[in-house]
Amino acid sequence: MSRIKTFNLPDLGEGLTEGEILAWLVKVGDTIELNQPIVEVETAKAAVEIPAKWAGQVQAIFHPEGTTVEVGSPIIAIDTDPGAGPLEAPSTTATASDDLPTPSAASLAAVEVAPAEGMVEPGLIGGPAPGGRTAVLVGYGPRTTAAKRRPRKGAVPAQAAAAPAPAAPAPQPVVAPVTAPARNGQAATAAGGLVLAKPPVRKLAKDLGVDLSTLTGSGPLGSITREDVQQAASGASAVAVAEPIATVAAPSFGADREQRIPVKGVRKLTAENMSRSAFTAPHVTEFLTVDVTRAMKALDRLRGRREWRDVRVSPLLLVAKAVLLAVQRHPMINSTWAGDEIVVKEYVNLGIAAATERGLIVPNIKDAGRLSLRELADSLTDLVQTAKSGRTSPAAMSGGTLTITNVGVFGVDTGTPILPPGESAILAFGAVREMPWVHKGKVKVRQVTTLGLSFDHRIIDGELGSKFLRDIGDFLADPEAALLAWT
Amino acid sequence: MAKGDPGGTTRSRRAAPRSKKGATGDPELVQLLTPDGERIESHTSPDGTEYRVDFTDEEYRGLYRDLVLVRKLDAEATALQRQGELGLWASLLGQEAAQVGSGRALRTQDMAFPTYREHGVLYCRGIDPIMPLGLFRGVDQGGWDPNEFKFNMYTIVIGAQTLHATGYAMGITMDGKTGTDDGEAAIAYFGDGATSQGDVNEAFVWASVFNAPLVFFCQNNQYAISEPLERQTRVPLYQRAAGFGFPGVRVDGNDVLASYAVTRTALDNARHGQGPSLIEAYTYRMGAHTTSDDPTRYRIASEVEAWQAKDPITRVKAFLEKQQIADADFFAEVDEQARRESVHLRERVLDMPNPEPVTMFDHVYPNGSPLLDEQRAQFTRYMESFEGSAH
Repeated sequence: MSRIKTFNLPDLGEGLTEGEILAWLVKVGDTIELNQPIVEVETAKAAVEIPAKWAGQVQAIFHPEGTTVEVGSPIIAIDTDPGAGPLEAPSTTATASDDLPTPSAASLAAVEVAPAEGMVEPGLIGGPAPGGRTAVLVGYGPRTTAAKRRPRKGAVPAQAAAAPAPAAPAPQPVVAPVTAPARNGQAATAAGGLVLAKPPVRKLAKDLGVDLSTLTGSGPLGSITREDVQQAASGASAVAVAEPIATVAAPSFGADREQRIPVKGVRKLTAENMSRSAFTAPHVTEFLTVDVTRAMKALDRLRGRREWRDVRVSPLLLVAKAVLLAVQRHPMINSTWAGDEIVVKEYVNLGIAAATERGLIVPNIKDAGRLSLRELADSLTDLVQTAKSGRTSPAAMSGGTLTITNVGVFGVDTGTPILPPGESAILAFGAVREMPWVHKGKVKVRQVTTLGLSFDHRIIDGELGSKFLRDIGDFLADPEAALLAWT
Repeated sequence: MAKGDPGGTTRSRRAAPRSKKGATGDPELVQLLTPDGERIESHTSPDGTEYRVDFTDEEYRGLYRDLVLVRKLDAEATALQRQGELGLWASLLGQEAAQVGSGRALRTQDMAFPTYREHGVLYCRGIDPIMPLGLFRGVDQGGWDPNEFKFNMYTIVIGAQTLHATGYAMGITMDGKTGTDDGEAAIAYFGDGATSQGDVNEAFVWASVFNAPLVFFCQNNQYAISEPLERQTRVPLYQRAAGFGFPGVRVDGNDVLASYAVTRTALDNARHGQGPSLIEAYTYRMGAHTTSDDPTRYRIASEVEAWQAKDPITRVKAFLEKQQIADADFFAEVDEQARRESVHLRERVLDMPNPEPVTMFDHVYPNGSPLLDEQRAQFTRYMESFEGSAH
């Protein structure tokens, strides 16, 4: 056996397919003892230290910290007899397991992959599972054995896995060929009138307040999947503003040159919310175009400060700050029409409309009025990243009191946003453009943006709405002076 | 450990009046060796039972050797799992004293029913420690002969073995093998989590009403996987026995001497026909539930540290040193033996052959069956239908 042995990441927890290298406890060149901890690996189940399988000298480390490694792939090579002089030429001895994953690193020229010493053939354990990581709580979870399965004698290769080999001498199972009936969602729901969903999905729907009977399942037999429920839930508290963001992929047209897209999920709820809001709250929209050159420069200075070095700073941050300060000066803006009374809120849960792969969602920053500028910046970054990764919780999307929609990121100047239900004002923040602008009596190139404020005229009259919008504009025109004057 | 009966006295207990102290939740804990290695001469329970041991120096050293070896072999198995050589391992780290103490208290004729963590008891029964590794490597079913060693197969189903033990113990009575000094007894091992199982409670009922010669040995290691004890019970576990009509006692499960004494006493009571009893060995699982578990997710480091100070081996070593029963050479020799045996264990595990798939039919019935033969033939043909098969 070769003196260089490679150690493959084992299945550390009954059916896992991968692990993340948290920390290497040894480095190349280190002399190690048997069972000395060499690496810390985190799996879906636990973070564990792996002890060295052989004593010797570390020859190569194949994956840096932070990488996710598939079970069965080599992670470290150990020279088990470092005192025996330089390594000889690459051995070509055939090993018992020539289908072991081979280290790709060129530095491994001299490394012969150790034969499988375990009882398990490496290809059997956690061969790459389709779709990557699979959550497995107990027992031997999903595991692809196809990679190691030997072909049946005389079997047509493409069908080897699926069909019994016709030429095999083994007795045929007495099963008539079954043609699976075309089953789909409509068939199932139309036939039975029952909603199909697994118990954990039902539980999830209950927790999230989603009515399963309103959903169209995308799972097998038209059953409702976890994703269906989550999608519905994320739309439930979402509200749209301005133009709906098209999330439909390239249309595929039928013979009549029309495509019919079922209305469901986020789209459905967005539509319901928008209709409700548009036809119950009488909206007024006002516009204001502002020279934000000073504000942009202030942002640059902010970015240049050492303590703000690692903070993500965008113009949206200043707009948010402007809105929060203006709310302090005009609290009635932050209110709800409740039929026979008006509810004015001392707290501002500042909604930020975000376009995500699943559609438009509006998570909000809770009690944003109490946050320092730095905390506000961090909250914004966090909110956006969470939304982009699709992890926004239903709680983060409920209870908003005032919203900003940053349509400028789509390159447009402004819009007439529709109020999120229950809120009385929403601000559209358009693109910041270089424009000719009269500055100190001369036409200059300045950075200019247009703000659009929609408000509920039942609560807010033109005067209040205008003052509020004017204050936001004042802040963006000269943030330093506004801060000094107002706080 | 020596043969014979060096340890426990066997005072017959009186019909046990429940101690008021116990009922108010201040559990009596039988202890003969403190965490600092101080020897306590004897312990008298509220019911009048006196627990004491009287070991020779050689026996004390033997207990120490058992503890160290059992721990070392267990650590080696954990390492082998991390290295991909075992599918799973349930470590006994921290519970060595409860297992060695009770295991050494068994007499040859006594039958033990383990869980999947009783590697220490298995060792004391004289079974080759390689045996459970074949099971956890997935190459055999365990491999030892339960009748030869009087140690049943590991039971994975939580608490099921308490019923098996009850049935076995009732059989002892039916065979008329109780009532003398050489009578037989059985012992059922289980954990704190198992006490919430219906099986265990049924076993309590049956053992009680049939006066079965059985010792229920509960290693309370404080966690049922991640569930802490306070979510298993509102009373100290040993007090449960009173409700079923037999005595219960709590012993310091990290004290090998006390664990020996209470087990020996309970077994002797059983073999003399005085029925079952419950021992709660109060201990702590220092490691994970199994290698698939991460205990840092549900318990705090300070708790583990507090139990570290009660380590079962440290106190025996301190005692041996103080009493000058053992010297540095002895400790070094034991460590060396443990190292040697663990290396040997490793080598043998790596050499374990992978069984042919068809061998799964071998141990279903002792003398085979026509149906089984047919299935075996069918399976063999199926295996031969693959390319590259030797046939």
